[in-house]
Amino acid sequence: MGDEHGHQHEHPDHSQLTEVQARVRALETILTEKGYVDPAALDHIVDAFQTKIGPRNGARLVARAWNDTRFKARLLANATDAANSMGFSSPVGAHLIAVENTIQTHNLVVCTLCSCYPWEVLGLPPVWYKSAPYRSRAVIEPRAVLAEFGVDLPVGTRVRVWDSTAETRFMVVPMRPSGTQGWSEERLATLVTRDSMIGTGTVNPP
Amino acid sequence: MNSIHDMGGMHGFGAISPETDEPVFHAPWEGRMMALYRAVGFLRFWTIDAGRAAIERLPPAIYLRASYYEKWLMGLEASLERAGLVGADEIAAGRALRPGEAPVRPMTVEDAAHLQRGNFERPATAPARFRPGSRIRTVNLNPSTHTRLPRYARDKQGVVEAVRGCHVFPDTAAIDAGENPQWLYTVVFSGRELWGPQADPTVSVSIEAFEPYLVAA
Repeated sequence: MGDEHGHQHEHPDHSQLTEVQARVRALETILTEKGYVDPAALDHIVDAFQTKIGPRNGARLVARAWNDTRFKARLLANATDAANSMGFSSPVGAHLIAVENTIQTHNLVVCTLCSCYPWEVLGLPPVWYKSAPYRSRAVIEPRAVLAEFGVDLPVGTRVRVWDSTAETRFMVVPMRPSGTQGWSEERLATLVTRDSMIGTGTVNPP
Repeated sequence: MNSIHDMGGMHGFGAISPETDEPVFHAPWEGRMMALYRAVGFLRFWTIDAGRAAIERLPPAIYLRASYYEKWLMGLEASLERAGLVGADEIAAGRALRPGEAPVRPMTVEDAAHLQRGNFERPATAPARFRPGSRIRTVNLNPSTHTRLPRYARDKQGVVEAVRGCHVFPDTAAIDAGENPQWLYTVVFSGRELWGPQADPTVSVSIEAFEPYLVAA
């Protein structure tokens, strides 16, 4: 656990590691002994989030939308259906909503009350998304938050913040960068970052 | 519940610290915790809203000090104890002292392979009172129980942008008072309405608002 202790010092968000580790292990033991959980199912869930479910799914949606205007219209009209047409290993249960960045409007997604996030297309949220600084500041000073992420919007661009206060989930379709004409979906997808689909990033030209 | 989880607009938490090449889990226990939470959620002993409420009831100082998955651990322990499924003595002992009471079918690997988030939309029992473009005001409410109307968006004027269907109402589902489905709307507020005349005029903020949170303006 040497590495994890290293993290403990670098990231105060991960404190008291060994005590917590013991408590989680104990809870898993209790729930398994009582017949409430099957450890093999837990293994499967952990593995899926480490290997199959992540922002590359969202990146493929964005890349397809950039190359296919009909698909883009479908994504913006019903992102749940559009995502489920991709055959991801993590089907979208319901109410995924895709919002498009334009020269006029930049979208930013937050969950001020907890940490709601479109897991199926972006994977598990990063620690900063779940942190008090982001949750508190995104709705009151989004431009300052964006500046911290290195996103400097034109003064005329409107900023729209989406607070995920219900079971609807939001992903941002970033603007396609210049210099990518004729690129394949696969190649475009490599440019699309997780942060660009939260709204704390933009997609840089290659 | 007016507690620390309702953070929108607070000051003093400092800079955001993105981590370069952040791993999915920072330690194996985080993955186990995430999976445990989902596997217990699968049993539907309580609603997703009651699970959130258990985390919101953590004392504020503990909530702020805890990492994300530590909060899940404390919330899950509290929910299991509250439901009578695991005793405090068992959590202290670190092992089961009694057999499971409720007859349940635990999540299998096959279930895990097809896991998807629940759909919270329900058939409507009444027509929607608002439509895109409707001018509304949010209500001022301060329940000591779970609500999804953040403090910063109470008693504020906004405009309905979209109707999202009729959904389980968290405020009642969290307290075992039923799904009580309500129309759900995306409601947009200007930054100045929320934060005052000094606010950036180019900013607007939307929340997902259930119909009982809204009155016509």
